[in-house]
Amino acid sequence: MTATATLLPGFRDPVRDSQRCFRRLLDAMSRPGRIAEIDAIVAPPAGLSPAAAALALTLADIDAPVWLGGATADAAPWIRFHTGASVVAEPSTALFAFADAGAMPDLRQLDAGTDEYPDRSTTLVVEVRDLSAEGPIALRGPGIETVHRVAIDGPDAAFWQRRTELHELFPRGIDVVFTCGTRALGLPRTTRVEV
Amino acid sequence: MTVRPATDDDARRRWIGILAKATPDEIGAAYAALGPIPAPTPIRAPETGTVLLRGRVGGTGAPFNFGEATMTRCTVRLRDDGPLGFGYVLGRDRRHAEIAAVFDALLQQGDPRARAHVETFAAAQAGRARREAAAAAASKVDFFTMVRE
Repeated sequence: MTATATLLPGFRDPVRDSQRCFRRLLDAMSRPGRIAEIDAIVAPPAGLSPAAAALALTLADIDAPVWLGGATADAAPWIRFHTGASVVAEPSTALFAFADAGAMPDLRQLDAGTDEYPDRSTTLVVEVRDLSAEGPIALRGPGIETVHRVAIDGPDAAFWQRRTELHELFPRGIDVVFTCGTRALGLPRTTRVEV
Repeated sequence: MTVRPATDDDARRRWIGILAKATPDEIGAAYAALGPIPAPTPIRAPETGTVLLRGRVGGTGAPFNFGEATMTRCTVRLRDDGPLGFGYVLGRDRRHAEIAAVFDALLQQGDPRARAHVETFAAAQAGRARREAAAAAASKVDFFTMVRE
């Protein structure tokens, strides 16, 4: 009863809000380094930022299990209620993994898809302390004309190292979305990062 | 089948069924007559979908998928720390689902006005069922065979 006693509303207009949110995520993923504004959720549940909460409602459903790491685990009842998705204990079995920067799963633990179906990989949503459209991190690759420089305050050096190692798996790989407040930054598997 | 004591769940199952089977006019009039209640916060706004109906051959045999029915559901809360009210009704009447959810929330808090309305709905439904049964019974034909001497 405690779980439902604190349950918060989801999208005000589930159909339109999730379409709008999906479109913005699509833009963020096709233009890595450009920050998208994802603000459809006004009152997110404990553990999730407004952007991550909106992404959870947009992406998860009964056929798309999610894994919740660190503080995001507090949002499990909310995600279950609004999406019908199952919350799994093993990150490798999730289609969408949510975590804060301090409790990120090892990228190798996540499902990178198969060579036949590289799209069936896990997408990782990471809550970071800050996101900024200018900074020391250089992004290059598809969707970027020359280079985009950003600041992402959260992932440690080991994360970037691991991510670089995953490049050899291509077309398999892990797509990442960083969220902070109502902002989201997409980092698809094709983007080369220089920290 | 094991017999278990009646619980709060049974009472709730009963009133949720009664609220779903009340006519939209009945439940709308009762809602208007409720008097002052806190404004409901929609947790899940009314939404229409389908439910899979399962049947059993002869009522007890192997289950089979009978078909799908249109259903509308809604979840509301009346107070910040209050219980969630759920309304699940057949059809596409969003208002009916919303009012049923408000009634469910009130009934979980033991609201006497809501309880009285539910009993009125139940009596009306029993009356309708009796009339239908009587109409059906009036057209009943008994077949029997005369035994030849």
